[in-house]
Amino acid sequence: MSTDRIEKRMVLRALRSRVWRAISDAKEFGTWFRITLDGAFAEGKTVRGSHGHFKVEMLVERIEPERYFSYRWHPYPNDPKVDYSTEPMTLVEFTLEDAEGGGGTALTIVESGFDRIPLARRSEAFRMNDGGWAGQIKNLAAYVT
Amino acid sequence: MSPSRAVPVFVALGDATRLRLLRRLSVDGPLSITRLSRGTGVTRQAITKHLHTLGAAGLVRHARRGRERLWELDRKRLERAKRYLDQISAQWDDAAERLRAFVEN
Repeated sequence: MSTDRIEKRMVLRALRSRVWRAISDAKEFGTWFRITLDGAFAEGKTVRGSHGHFKVEMLVERIEPERYFSYRWHPYPNDPKVDYSTEPMTLVEFTLEDAEGGGGTALTIVESGFDRIPLARRSEAFRMNDGGWAGQIKNLAAYVT
Repeated sequence: MSPSRAVPVFVALGDATRLRLLRRLSVDGPLSITRLSRGTGVTRQAITKHLHTLGAAGLVRHARRGRERLWELDRKRLERAKRYLDQISAQWDDAAERLRAFVEN
């Protein structure tokens, strides 16, 4: 099993243009991702987002309309007292294709670069409770269900 | 966590000999440097240096058994790292399902 990447594939019963808008339009992205973003996505631009204590910065890397969208970020909720800005980021990539047999969109989401993140930090993030990763998961579960 | 502590992990995983050492320790368990260097064409000194690099990154550790020093994977830390990845993976599953509901309705 790779420790460096997470990959998700799914077929959505929606037009490619619809899926593209949901991913590339910051407002729509924020709706399903459950995050409030402070601006539109554009190549090379940093968009800040928050959801309660959860704060992220997305560095938009590449936008190829209706085909590919990628950004970098720090993948886990973190301690607001610590500056993580110089640490390695992971790369998140959305790739859209027409689903086989027509009538749908095949979407692949890949997050990679975890091997560059310090192991000590990965275990630390996992251990943290209040306001940490475990707490975020719980919040997330509460919103989803 | 300072960037200076991130560097060892990045360096440790970016070398073919060290990746082979990790795989060997993963398959064969704790081994001495003599056993680890046998048949590899890499000198004991070089293996020792690689093991210390992996050790500094928290990926392996050593223990003394009698007069021998044995090296082994630090499974606990590797396991924590894997569980962390599982959590992020589950988060993506949830986000992907919300995206599905969002575009299909």
